[in-house]
Amino acid sequence: MIDALVDLKQDFPILSRQINGHRLVYLDSAATSQKPQTVIDSEIDFYTRHNANVLRSVHTLAEEATTLYADARQTVARFIQARRPEEVVFTRGTTESLNLVARGWGDKFLTAGDEIVVSPMEHHSNLIPWQQVALRTGAQLKFIELTADGQITSQAAQEVIGPHTRIVALSAISNVLGTINPISEIAVMAHAVGAIMVVDGAQSVPHQPTDVTTLGADFLAFSGHKMCGPTGIGVLWGKLPLLEACDPVTYGGEMIAYVDRDHATWAEVPEKFEGGTPNIAGAVGLAAAMRYLADVGMQRIYQHSISLGEEAFRRLNHMEGVQVYGPSHPRSGLVAFNIDQVHPHDVAQVFDAQGVAIRAGHHCAQPLMQWLGVGSTARASFYFYNTDEDLDALVDAILETKRYFRR
Amino acid sequence: MNLDDMYRDTILDHNQNPRNRGHLERPNKTVGMLNPTCGDQIELELLVADDKVVDIRFAGQGCSISMASASMMTEAVKGKTVEEALALARDFKGFLTGTKAVQELGDLEALQGVSQFPSRVKCATLAHNALEKALTHDVKG
Repeated sequence: MIDALVDLKQDFPILSRQINGHRLVYLDSAATSQKPQTVIDSEIDFYTRHNANVLRSVHTLAEEATTLYADARQTVARFIQARRPEEVVFTRGTTESLNLVARGWGDKFLTAGDEIVVSPMEHHSNLIPWQQVALRTGAQLKFIELTADGQITSQAAQEVIGPHTRIVALSAISNVLGTINPISEIAVMAHAVGAIMVVDGAQSVPHQPTDVTTLGADFLAFSGHKMCGPTGIGVLWGKLPLLEACDPVTYGGEMIAYVDRDHATWAEVPEKFEGGTPNIAGAVGLAAAMRYLADVGMQRIYQHSISLGEEAFRRLNHMEGVQVYGPSHPRSGLVAFNIDQVHPHDVAQVFDAQGVAIRAGHHCAQPLMQWLGVGSTARASFYFYNTDEDLDALVDAILETKRYFRR
Repeated sequence: MNLDDMYRDTILDHNQNPRNRGHLERPNKTVGMLNPTCGDQIELELLVADDKVVDIRFAGQGCSISMASASMMTEAVKGKTVEEALALARDFKGFLTGTKAVQELGDLEALQGVSQFPSRVKCATLAHNALEKALTHDVKG
């Protein structure tokens, strides 16, 4: 049985909504997860009792806000097993985190002839920043080719990672295929040639235990909103010497040490990267989300995600006129699919009429759509608040969609 | 919200049996247009002579709303003057966004239900945007 976590649904007020006369079945958590009451309360509490700017004033509220912001950084560090809180940079999300590495490290250290290794399954946010670095520096993009069922093997990675490789940038879990990539193995190859390993953890950090001391990454980017936190807050974790070597990319208030008319020097890591007033309430909310997830247990969440993802794949794979994409095992908690003769947008519309929320489109992974030979797909994605009953709703919605368009 | 308000039989018919789908032998105006949010794409080919849309074809991929709308649009503008065709595109877009009352839009009126679904209006207007681009820009066949 998959519904061991069924009682947690009640922690999420939105999940009791009715949509178009049906119980909401939320299967779009890979786009953004829902928020438990405790996270909503933490933001309300911050604005109700503690709101002030951080790192600036000496009044009581400013001290409280600064402490809460620092505590949030500590909580993030503990959640991903970082050795020091300074290794945690708050950003707007995965996209900004990856752009920060591309500009801050890539622009500074890459030159013509260097190679950046990515894969065809990357989300646009882990592809376009590297395309742009390549254009600016003369470096070249190289792609690790996928197996027929959308996996990255060590051999395939070994063929592409070579003496000119300076950066290997990969997603830990694909947002379309559900593939779980062998990050640690590939990191060993990257380090063997002196390259840095950049990991897009947008789909992995919410779904599996993360330990940056064993992951093999030099930089790890992820978003708060896909892991029960608020939108507009995310993290770039990096090894301290690498963060120190990076140039800042956002200049302005709070990121400086000394400024005169013509020059400025930078604050220490992580403030160096956090120019301007940060998303304080967002950081506080993200910390609340991480405490909540730790209480549920990341290992339990991981098992649940895999169970739902693999079971969904198995059931949809047996349905006539339904194509599913990516590996059967192991796979994370999402499944991309198409229904014969019905465009994914029409699929999502019929699902919505039944209260089932899914995503349809290219999932910000157009090169992967080209690799799959489709224009777009539908995608159902799960989190620990989804149950067996939600899987049944997914299957029923597919049957209803087929019936509706064959009338 | 009623699904049948959007997916009227006329729309499903045009989606399953598209009119004027394919390519012209000698188009003199060709445009491609993308809907970047969903990856839908349309290619429109026109033969314009003596200020008239003598012939028109469309190709591409997209949802039933965008493909049915393209099919209906091609039927509606064939034989019309350039000015009439542009007026139709304008009227149709106004009709869907609620800024214009119903005009003589023929089959296209079946798309009225789409106006209740703001995220799908861009699907229904893709072909009309392509038509406007083809007839107002100096595009070549």
